[in-house]
Amino acid sequence: MELLPTVWFIAIAVLWTGYLFLEGFDLGVGMLMKLFARNNTERRVLLNTIGPVWDGNEVWLLTAGGATFAAFPLWYASLFSALYLPLLVVLVALIFRAVAFEYRGKVDTDRWRARWDWAIALGSFFAAFGVGAALALTTTGLPLNANGDREGGPLAWFSGYAVLGGLAVVGFSLIHALAFLALKTDGDVRHRARTWFVRLLPVMLLPIAAWALSIQFLEGKPWTWALVLLAVAAAAAAWGWARKGAEGKAFSALGAFLALGSASIFAAVFPVVLPSTLNEAFDLTISNASSSDYTLGLMSIVAAFGLPLVIAYQAWTYWVFRRRVSAAHIPEAHSFLPAIAARAFTTKG
Amino acid sequence: MDALEIARWQFGITTVYHFMMVPLTIGLGLVVAVIQTAWHRTGNPEYLRMTKFWGKLFLINFIMGVATGIVQEFQFGMAWSEYSRFVGDVFGAPLALEALLAFFVESTFLGLWIFGWKQLKPGIHLACLWIAVIGSVFSAYFIIVANSWMQHPVGVEMIDGRPVMTDAWAVFTNNTALVAVPHTLFGALAVAGGFLLGIAWYHLWRRLRDGVDTVGADGKVIPGESADIPGRDRDDHKVWLRSLRIGAVVAMVSFAGTALTGDLQGKLMFEQQPMKMAAAEAACHDGTGFSVLSIGNLGSQDCDDIVALIEVPGILSYLAKGDFTTEVQGVNSLLPQYKEAYGTHLPDNPIYGERAGQEIDYLPVMEVTYWGFRMMIGFGGLAALAALVALWITRKGTVPESRWLMRLAVFGILAPFGANAAGWIFTEMGRQPFVVAPNPDPSGIDQVFMFTAAAVSPGVSAGELLASLVTLTAVYAVLLVVEVKLLVKYIRGGVVSAMPELVQAPVDENEDATPGAGGPGGGKPGDDVLAFAY
Repeated sequence: MELLPTVWFIAIAVLWTGYLFLEGFDLGVGMLMKLFARNNTERRVLLNTIGPVWDGNEVWLLTAGGATFAAFPLWYASLFSALYLPLLVVLVALIFRAVAFEYRGKVDTDRWRARWDWAIALGSFFAAFGVGAALALTTTGLPLNANGDREGGPLAWFSGYAVLGGLAVVGFSLIHALAFLALKTDGDVRHRARTWFVRLLPVMLLPIAAWALSIQFLEGKPWTWALVLLAVAAAAAAWGWARKGAEGKAFSALGAFLALGSASIFAAVFPVVLPSTLNEAFDLTISNASSSDYTLGLMSIVAAFGLPLVIAYQAWTYWVFRRRVSAAHIPEAHSFLPAIAARAFTTKG
Repeated sequence: MDALEIARWQFGITTVYHFMMVPLTIGLGLVVAVIQTAWHRTGNPEYLRMTKFWGKLFLINFIMGVATGIVQEFQFGMAWSEYSRFVGDVFGAPLALEALLAFFVESTFLGLWIFGWKQLKPGIHLACLWIAVIGSVFSAYFIIVANSWMQHPVGVEMIDGRPVMTDAWAVFTNNTALVAVPHTLFGALAVAGGFLLGIAWYHLWRRLRDGVDTVGADGKVIPGESADIPGRDRDDHKVWLRSLRIGAVVAMVSFAGTALTGDLQGKLMFEQQPMKMAAAEAACHDGTGFSVLSIGNLGSQDCDDIVALIEVPGILSYLAKGDFTTEVQGVNSLLPQYKEAYGTHLPDNPIYGERAGQEIDYLPVMEVTYWGFRMMIGFGGLAALAALVALWITRKGTVPESRWLMRLAVFGILAPFGANAAGWIFTEMGRQPFVVAPNPDPSGIDQVFMFTAAAVSPGVSAGELLASLVTLTAVYAVLLVVEVKLLVKYIRGGVVSAMPELVQAPVDENEDATPGAGGPGGGKPGDDVLAFAY
């Protein structure tokens, strides 16, 4: 039994799940900027619900990536190089999205805001889709040769699973964001978010359920099947609680759905981290892709202290900003004279 | 261009770009934290205004560093998969720790600072900024530990052809990193110093031009007030004068810091990467002299073509060894040693692609190393000198009316950026042809090295790399225009651009005589859900 690689496999599964749980709702809120919000005030309500936290949520992605590099360098190298173009799309999407959050309110014109709204919505969509595709493909496999390099050209990664994974994360993010908005806003936005949540939940969770099920059919063990059943129960509970207006419980139950579903997938594929579709002998596993026990041990010690600390202070952030945001809170846009000296560089003294 | 060259251009462009945002983030973050601390302790309104104004510019820049930083972490795996496989056991750990121990801290506590002006008690709010800033300093430490391992690998053993970490303490206290970290931090502060100085100069100049401030018979400034722009009062003059002075002092101190740490770095580099320093000097022959100007075709890679036109004897020896007489080895002495130790030709291994079996050129591109080294020192020194002159010129409380001096001060902001970029380009290009340079210490691990030619992803096509190079360069160019436009807009707006509350209560902000009138921000009750930054 390889203890430390197993620990790090679990740790990386936890990091990805944490990422999908936290950034899931802010990616969804980003997409809802275009799909749900009716006017600028509502868009600002949406933005300010995630304003203090989205950047911290995104670090879960960086940590998942960095931990994969450190703990399973061969997994990191093969996955990231094989998915070169889709990850490029994710990067560009994340860049525009991040900049858009910060810059959207910095110029007080409709045209300026409209452009950044598109950047937020499309950036969130492509980031969610790309991350989902990458995660699905690391569970279903890529055409890798003996060295772990992709065969077959820039698009050889493409398969139905890429689309399924992409839709899975997009769908989950949207429904998760509706649960989050119902919990974090007040007034009309809150009520509409809850209504949408109840109506859309079955459709939005369909692709992620399909992914989890197909993994079970391919690699499932009895106890991972059990996790899928529990996940379905959690989704049903979320739906029931949302109907009754228990927003906090609905949000938590959806989180449980994600955790159980994600666990069912990672547990089913274990100990393979990235299968090769060309030859089973080329599969990357926790044994042949991992770092030395020394490195894993060092990382374990740091993570054992670091990760709980991160969770603690991030939880505190949510506590500080626990109050609901509503349209009535949104202040006027601040416009100031574009300057004391617009002409300083252009006119002669 | 083949895949390797495109991948190198991409890494160079994205990294230099990222490192325009990063030093300003680190340097300005520290400065804003100190200023907010001053406000917390003294309650002087100009410190609050400075915190808000410089904090706003800090945030406009910070987000670009965040956005472009993700590319950095992803591209090791995407474009440099062989490198990642080779070094993962030792290089991945500082990257993972950077995310876990620094990025989380930085992003979470900065979110608290931005949105928590009213939710948090003032002391805790200030602490959040300090924690975020310390997070960014830690992130600099971790990434430099990773980079220093590429310059000077330590703490590993070769097992099955890959370096495996055996001594984490050695990796995390690599002497290369311990001097590079303070050097980089001082470089970041130099950027912040120039930034404060240039912008504050502009505002003092504008107040003078608009007749808000006047100069008395003794040459001393008489600060005034202007009714048409909120917040353009006597405190506003204090904001800019104090910012200018802080900027100038920071610029000078940090230049001294970069010089001292740079000297230590140079001495290490002569031991650890002698070829890099010889190339930095375009020094073909052994000698003691520092070249002030060398001519000849530096790019020809033919060392004998180069003539040192002006040379200061002894200085090179001082840089290398701390005395004025020790001969420092030049390129012609070093080349045979490198060939002897690391081979004359790349091995016939498919990992090198078309380059397998080619002769190895151990001489870095000397045009870049020679001029990069001089631009780093030149721009840095120039900025510090300008700061000293600026302090003298403004000793009576304002700047001269000269438009050209103002322009010089504003464009001078770019000098420390140039010094930072030049320094990194020098040190990274000077490491070539290695991506992991061999460590010649007598520690017995000098076989831990990797040629850049072996590092690129074998499965990724030149077309994919070109697509990403073009895409990222275009996106970065567009965003640079947007960022600079926004910075200029907020700079021109002055303090009020970052303080809407000045519009509502322009004059009375430091008078407590009107109890109950509005309170902080003067908003409706319930306004304090959070500070609405978006």
